[in-house]
Amino acid sequence: MTLVTGNNVTFKQLTDDVARPIEDPPLGWWLAFGLALPLLGLLGVALAYLLWEGVGIWGVNNPVGWGWAIVNFVFWVGIGHAGTLISAILFLFRQNWRTAVNRSAEAMTIFAVICAGMFPGIHTGRPWLDYWMFPLPNQMQMWPNFRSPLLWDVFAVSTYFTVSLLFWYVGLVPDLATMRDRAKSKIGQFAYGLFALGWRGSTRHWQHYEKAYLLLAGLATPLVLSVHTIVSFDFAVSNLPGWHTTIFPPYFVAGAIFSGFGMVLTLLIPLRKWYKLEHIITIKHLENMAKVILLTGSLVGYAYAMEFFIAWYSGNAYESFAFVNRAFGDYWWAYWTMVSCNVISPQLVWFKKIRRSPMALFILSIFVNIGMWFERFVITVTSLHHDFMPSSWGYYTATFWDLAFLLGSFGLFFTLFLLFCRFLPMIALAEIKAVLPIANPHYGEEDGHHE
Amino acid sequence: MSKPNQPFGMLAEYTTAREIYHACESVRDAGYVRWDSHTPFPVHNLDKAMGLRPSPLPWIVFAAGISGASLGFLLQWWVSTIAYPIVVHGKPYFSYQAFVPVTFELGILFSAFGAVLGMLGLNRLPQWYHSLFNAPKFARATDDRFFISIEVSDPNYDPEKTRALLESTGAVSVEEVED
Repeated sequence: MTLVTGNNVTFKQLTDDVARPIEDPPLGWWLAFGLALPLLGLLGVALAYLLWEGVGIWGVNNPVGWGWAIVNFVFWVGIGHAGTLISAILFLFRQNWRTAVNRSAEAMTIFAVICAGMFPGIHTGRPWLDYWMFPLPNQMQMWPNFRSPLLWDVFAVSTYFTVSLLFWYVGLVPDLATMRDRAKSKIGQFAYGLFALGWRGSTRHWQHYEKAYLLLAGLATPLVLSVHTIVSFDFAVSNLPGWHTTIFPPYFVAGAIFSGFGMVLTLLIPLRKWYKLEHIITIKHLENMAKVILLTGSLVGYAYAMEFFIAWYSGNAYESFAFVNRAFGDYWWAYWTMVSCNVISPQLVWFKKIRRSPMALFILSIFVNIGMWFERFVITVTSLHHDFMPSSWGYYTATFWDLAFLLGSFGLFFTLFLLFCRFLPMIALAEIKAVLPIANPHYGEEDGHHE
Repeated sequence: MSKPNQPFGMLAEYTTAREIYHACESVRDAGYVRWDSHTPFPVHNLDKAMGLRPSPLPWIVFAAGISGASLGFLLQWWVSTIAYPIVVHGKPYFSYQAFVPVTFELGILFSAFGAVLGMLGLNRLPQWYHSLFNAPKFARATDDRFFISIEVSDPNYDPEKTRALLESTGAVSVEEVED
């Protein structure tokens, strides 16, 4: 497969194509940034009001004590998973096409985890007590409960964030050196130079570097699978009907990858056009990602069906009720939105016309995002609002401030992502150069063997 | 940087991955030890063409991972049985099955730090000043050109012979770089 289309691709041309939008940002960037900033402002207002007034501004009640804050948390952590899948798992499988999309997908991971991490931090309305989550010696002489999945989550998500950041930064170092060596301004030379750490492309360095990269990929692979597994334990380890199921870990991981690829497409389809990178992020790349969406979307659909089957087959009245209530109870609209977006829409990828059309995929990716947000909502709210005892049933409605936090988290995400595109190379230059045919040291030789 | 204008070594420039590969084989076979090659991306097997030994990084990462996992497990054991023994869910204080996730995560976390810090340590990075940055054309080492640098301190270094060797390997330019 040709990774970079066009005639006589040279290393220099690739450097120029990737660095140009940073040196001269296109109009599309400014428009998108202009849309993201007000949303970020909304988040600021919402946070200020939350701290002033407390969690009463949200729709959470008794019995639905977990509202949009946890829904948004699970949604955003899941988004991040595609980045790690592309950067680590596809690297181990030697999928060279990943080099066109891995940098931006990893950046997406980091920003999505930042958005996710914000919600557990603020969901009690008292972020100054967040240190209670960590095993730190304190004046109360109390320690966290290591038997709780919520504490496992603290470790899983913070490790995931840290490792993703390290992986991303290690990948960036050679490209920061490229930007340093191109920079015309003193500030550019200093800033890129500082973070490039004095990288000089030495083979003695590349040797350790490639080993580090491989090891990080090998570490990130089980890590990413563990993260959404542990997030699913937040639900599955409880006794609540609809949550207490063993299918949750694989089902959450598949859903996470599904939603993450949706977000990658949402971000990259406009960007490749604005940044004129269509010859690097080709239709073939979009098609490959669409196929991952089809696969994981089908897995998610299978999991929905299997949940229903087990609810019936278990013979447990509460479990059966929970699922009938999901599909036909008060929140039927959320359930069927989820099913239409997550099960039906990805099946359109079977059609070649659709999976090779950027516009169709962009629209599809929006549906995937919507569907996966609804999945988190359905799982969280439908199980809580009607559990064992009819006397403790209730109904949950989100408020304006719940919506403000969701939109605001998108503002934070897009602002961070756009700043990344503004200042850092969004294509992994050193990696994409290394997979070109001309990068092979035996390119053009008669026997051209590989060692 | 004791005296200004002292030579650091000889810098040769190449245009393709294939040329740098064969040039490195020649420099290796000529018996140089204090030399290096510089490429915009990792050229496949160039470390073998230079005769470098395999990286010891996996051992560092292994040690870091084992330490992280052990520390994580010890922390949970100590917190749950000594620092704050309290019955939760009717489980024993030392309910090691529940300690698996955190042990795993800390093992991964420490391994990742081992990989990154170990790599930087082995590479002696960050090192913001290097004599090679004095050569203006060296800026293309991060773009589209390939370089070999042989240091003056190499026992085999001889201004004429080294230059002749590098020129014979197809370098498009060979120049002396100041320290």
